[in-house]
Amino acid sequence: MTEVNISVNGAHTSAEVAPRTLLVHYLREELGLTGTHVGCDTSNCGACTVHLDGQAVKSCTVLAVQADGFAVTTIEGLQPAEGMDYHPVQQGFHECHGLQCGYCTPGMVMACVALLDENPHPTEVEIRTSLEGNLCRCTGYQMIVDSVLWAAEHAPAK
Amino acid sequence: MWQAAHQRGKRMSLVGAAVKRKEDPNLLVGRGRFVDDIKLPGALFMTFVRSTEAHARILSIDTNEATAMPGVVAIYTIDDFADLPTIPGLPPEVAPLHRPVLAKGTVRFVGDPVAVVVAEDRYQAADAAEAVLVDYDPLPVLPSIDTSLAAMADPEGTRIYPDLQTNALPIFPEEPPAPELLNAPMRLAQTFINNRCSAVPIEPLAVIADWAPSGLTVHATFQAPHHLRNQLTLFFGIPQHECRVIAPDVGGGFGSKICFYPEFFLAPAISRKLGRPVKAAQTRTEAMLHMHHGRAQRNDVEVGFDATGKVHALRVHTYQDVGSYPDPTGMGLGVLTSWMSCGVYAIPVAQTALTNVITNTTPVAAYRGAGRPEASFLIERTMDMIADELGLDPAAVRYTNFIQADQFPYPAATNPEAVFYDSGNYPAALDELKRMMGYDALLAEQTARNADPSQPLMGIGLSCWLEIAGFGPNGSLEGFGHLGSWESAQIRIQPDGTAIVSAGTSPHGQGNATAFAQIAGDAMGIDFDAIHVRFGDTETQQQGIGTMGSRAIAVCGDAIKKASVQIRERAVQIAAHMLEAAPEDIEVSADGFAVRGTPAVTKSWADVATAAFQPLQLPEGMGAGTLDATVFNEVPNFSFPSGAYGCIVGIDRVTGDVNIERYVVVDDCGTVINPLLAEGQVHGGVAQGISQALYEHFTYDENGQPQTSTLVDYLVPAASDLPSYESGRIVTPTPVNSLGAKGIGESGAVGAPPAVVNAVVDALSGFGVRHMDMPCTPEKVWHAMGQPTGSN
Repeated sequence: MTEVNISVNGAHTSAEVAPRTLLVHYLREELGLTGTHVGCDTSNCGACTVHLDGQAVKSCTVLAVQADGFAVTTIEGLQPAEGMDYHPVQQGFHECHGLQCGYCTPGMVMACVALLDENPHPTEVEIRTSLEGNLCRCTGYQMIVDSVLWAAEHAPAK
Repeated sequence: MWQAAHQRGKRMSLVGAAVKRKEDPNLLVGRGRFVDDIKLPGALFMTFVRSTEAHARILSIDTNEATAMPGVVAIYTIDDFADLPTIPGLPPEVAPLHRPVLAKGTVRFVGDPVAVVVAEDRYQAADAAEAVLVDYDPLPVLPSIDTSLAAMADPEGTRIYPDLQTNALPIFPEEPPAPELLNAPMRLAQTFINNRCSAVPIEPLAVIADWAPSGLTVHATFQAPHHLRNQLTLFFGIPQHECRVIAPDVGGGFGSKICFYPEFFLAPAISRKLGRPVKAAQTRTEAMLHMHHGRAQRNDVEVGFDATGKVHALRVHTYQDVGSYPDPTGMGLGVLTSWMSCGVYAIPVAQTALTNVITNTTPVAAYRGAGRPEASFLIERTMDMIADELGLDPAAVRYTNFIQADQFPYPAATNPEAVFYDSGNYPAALDELKRMMGYDALLAEQTARNADPSQPLMGIGLSCWLEIAGFGPNGSLEGFGHLGSWESAQIRIQPDGTAIVSAGTSPHGQGNATAFAQIAGDAMGIDFDAIHVRFGDTETQQQGIGTMGSRAIAVCGDAIKKASVQIRERAVQIAAHMLEAAPEDIEVSADGFAVRGTPAVTKSWADVATAAFQPLQLPEGMGAGTLDATVFNEVPNFSFPSGAYGCIVGIDRVTGDVNIERYVVVDDCGTVINPLLAEGQVHGGVAQGISQALYEHFTYDENGQPQTSTLVDYLVPAASDLPSYESGRIVTPTPVNSLGAKGIGESGAVGAPPAVVNAVVDALSGFGVRHMDMPCTPEKVWHAMGQPTGSN
């Protein structure tokens, strides 16, 4: 067993974990943060996407011990924008019907947040290309694209 | 938008408005509750040891090493469950096909569960499952319809169920060709292969069973929790009140979660044995092997027609690959294909034969559309082939054959006793599609582009599709093992004037909480925000059937409307009594009840609802709790959603890569409850249909080894693989229910594949291509183009 110290959504967490423990299982099983989901075993679906020091990563492909000393943000850690109920990306998904069953949504939202952090005003093609690593089986993606465009338009200026 | 209207005191209709979803708030912030999110104290984790052979006798199962591994609590084989019956669903007449909860002596597909490992956590369970040693004696493998039927030709050939003595189960026998076919001026024959797909809900299968002294509680990712409850109680011989099944948030289903899988029965059995809760949660690879697949049909089609393109007769023999352990839904898929084989066309003579074929593959059952995409594919490809043969515009051939808007109800030639199309206007849908596409201009553009080698080849495809939905009239779902075909709804008004709507269906992304509240809000006159919709728990909704067959709105929504009308009538009587007026003079709005002509005198919904619990305030003959209505809704017929889809593809002349340049949809689902939700359903279905046409195919090698059991090998499309959709609509309300709504969940998946393939074949017609089986991969297209070399 190995001790890890990981900041998760701004709070310090620490536990003894088996070295093979995946970050996603650390979040879900150890911390009870079940918003981050698992949808595959080959890093294709992106349902487990979280931010590691601000970068979007698939937490099924990161060991908890690799995240030692890093800051993790999960879907539970997104903050509402001023004047909105949610973070602008979440708000966009609500406004534009960007989710149906909701299982891919946390990972999809985290990927979209990372996209807008890098590129605040993406084109439709840029959105589609940058979301290649996140699968949704319900929406056919158009309303997810619309949601990101909405968020880009309505996000408060930084 | 509607809230603002309420504040102005002008009530807009909720039905038809693009209301944002009630479901979103929890799901958006990671507070959804999916089965694997639920952690019960003391829970164990179970996983399967799965067959690596497609067909073999089990010689021995050695669990010694695995049993001694850390965290392992128990390892079971079928011998430990000798007291359990087989998995329910199939009728007694096919007893040899009844599936045991674990492989019994023989494995029949790769992934077939052979043993169960129970451990303290999922890592330990997976380790131990790897350490269980199974010795197999391989048997000949029949991984396809063709190999299975070929074995039947040999008296000594392999029988996957020796007790059954056949691999082929004839459902509708083949008849000799009708004179109308033989005498038609022209004839065509074509075999269509409808490619095997995997539903791939992003949430794989998961279940938790907790068998306590007071009874059994099961959380399952499932589309029909009441169906599971009913069957679990029969399976274990326990009373219904001792079994509670909950489908919490369900991460997509698409039909794959209305089937019974061994873990649904083994998790409770093991929980009972060990006295602890037991969870099972598949990995994606397990899901690809083990969740039932869809499609997997062969359709041998013959059509007779004349020089105008008018079809005289259609003859179809459908062979359905039902896989290794036939599922009751899988056994019925081809029935729906057969019924719907004529599509939207007035074909005077139709002959349909159906044979279900057992193979050494994953069982095949419902996948979005379930039998209808196969029908629309075969008839829409056939229409294009007729047009090609005659040198006619494919649109013109369709107009020549359409059932006309004044011909409803229309008895289908495939089964005029059971299949009556309810309503539609097929020519109008194609008119609208052609207008949206700019069809005539496209034909000119295509001629120019295909003559210019520097541009991608252009193809235009149409699909005038039809499906059967709104399951269904009495008797229709019973055939698939369900308790009934009705759907239930209960509405209860609380003393504060809020409403609790309990629905018998159990959604998994459709947005039914929103749509049902819109229906109830309009019908009762209660504010949308004052309505809470719940479902998915047999403790709080005692009876229901489930969400499948595009039935939630058409059958359950209709039940909710009927219950709402009862509530409103009673509320008006109470208000009239309180306001000392006649009931017919009472006006109802979200603000409450007023007397016509004296709007200042009012009672709020809370006033009336409180009175409903205070008999001294009630009119004579009414008792406490009167604002409570339960409806079991029976519908007289199926509904028949239809539409016209158009696809424009551009094909790379060097690589064969197919790019969808435009995808245009015209849907007719009758009355639309919420255009946002309806559009979302169409998008998702079209995406799956496009993907079947271009990307997805679950394949096996000649030894029955799956070649596409991960998302690396099986291409579920990403945003970059799919186009935007241009959405249009016509509306022909159905007379089958009071809403006029036909259902829309499966439409896209039914309509999309032929539009795409028709476009691809159209683009390739210059190479002499007349048909291409799905998926139209770059490799297939490149070969069809004569293996061009060069660069772009």
